[in-house]
Amino acid sequence: MKICITAKGTGLNDPIDPHFGRAAYFLFYDTETEALDAVANSPGAHGAGVQAAQIVAGNGAKAVITGSVGPNAHRGLAAAGVEIYIGAQGTVADAIADYKAGKFSRAAGPSGKGHGG
Amino acid sequence: MRITIASGKGGTGKTTVATNLGLALADDRPVQFLDCDVEEPNAHIFLKPRIERTKSVEKLLPRVDEAKCTYCGECAKACEFNAIAVIGKKVIVYDELCHGCGLCRMVCPVGAISEVPHELGVIEYGVARGFPFSRGLLNLGEAMATPLIHELKQGIDPDSLAILDAPPGTGCPTIAAIQGADLALLVTEPTPFGLHDLRAAVGVARSVGVPIGVIINRDGIGDDMVERYCADEGIPIVMRIPFDREIARLYSQGIPLVDALPEWRDRFRALYDTTTMKLAREDGVK
Ligand code: SF4
Ligand code: SF4
Repeated sequence: MKICITAKGTGLNDPIDPHFGRAAYFLFYDTETEALDAVANSPGAHGAGVQAAQIVAGNGAKAVITGSVGPNAHRGLAAAGVEIYIGAQGTVADAIADYKAGKFSRAAGPSGKGHGG
Repeated sequence: MRITIASGKGGTGKTTVATNLGLALADDRPVQFLDCDVEEPNAHIFLKPRIERTKSVEKLLPRVDEAKCTYCGECAKACEFNAIAVIGKKVIVYDELCHGCGLCRMVCPVGAISEVPHELGVIEYGVARGFPFSRGLLNLGEAMATPLIHELKQGIDPDSLAILDAPPGTGCPTIAAIQGADLALLVTEPTPFGLHDLRAAVGVARSVGVPIGVIINRDGIGDDMVERYCADEGIPIVMRIPFDREIARLYSQGIPLVDALPEWRDRFRALYDTTTMKLAREDGVK
């Protein structure tokens, strides 16, 4: 299964980027093959969360691990059936380990502040 | 002639300046007042207009016919505001982000998108103290104020002196109210917070190339930081309204300064006749 971790860099030892929509990179990690792919994020002035949700879902991730998710992104991810895990801290490797250990709880609603207009 | 009264934040005395300027000048020339503070309009408290007609301002929201949609993603790719998303076999329209530009409908290769009108707010048109008065009222919960301001500006009569009370802040609605003005009067308080907000407001006015004059309200409180900033930046301070118990009392009772204290009528006239005219005419003044 593919999961997505938002990060400040492209490697396992890079820190988590806590803001889903405006994260520097989306790292796609395959839990079976352990392959790691990085996709750079280039959020526009408007609707960064919506854009991010499309990138994550478009790359086939079934779960996303990040710090917080705003309302627009949450709606997009939920529509795509992507599981959302928030409150991640530390490095990408930490987040993957925590995910595998079942330490995250799923976010029922948006956690971050939305940005309208 | 078009003058916009603005400030980096609310509660600085912007509406005091705008309404008194209008009242002081209306005897000598055709004046028109536009309350562009569509989230919290309050000029009516001082001007007591009689509203004669209203007009609804709408945006057109896209609606997708899922029976026709092929989930090709063209609409999402075209939308500059990320207001429409194609995720798997779903198309989501984010109504609050949508600017109603219609591009998604135009690019959809199978004609799956239609549009439904959605009211953002209304414009009220009327008469206050003998001059035309209009104001925008943004519907509750609505985030998009700029279309209302554009609609208000449509009603400007080029032969009269239009006074626009801008929404506070530095966002798109404020920019819309300042853009195209011959002069922006920026109202601030002589405090560190006032200076912070003034800097932001100056940035906005300069970004749209509108000449500026600064009005210091509650003069006497705070420090001289605003004054030093204006001197450094070459921005003229065109009026000072002192921190005064009587002025505060009149404000709280909704009584215009110029009605109660005739010397203010002369001051607002002088503001326009001398400083203002000179400033506005100097092209590209900082
Ligand atoms: S462009 Fe039209 S067909 Fe393509 S995803 Fe959008 S609505 Fe569907
Ligand atoms: S109408 Fe314009 S802003 Fe709204 S979703 Fe379509 S392309 Fe985006």
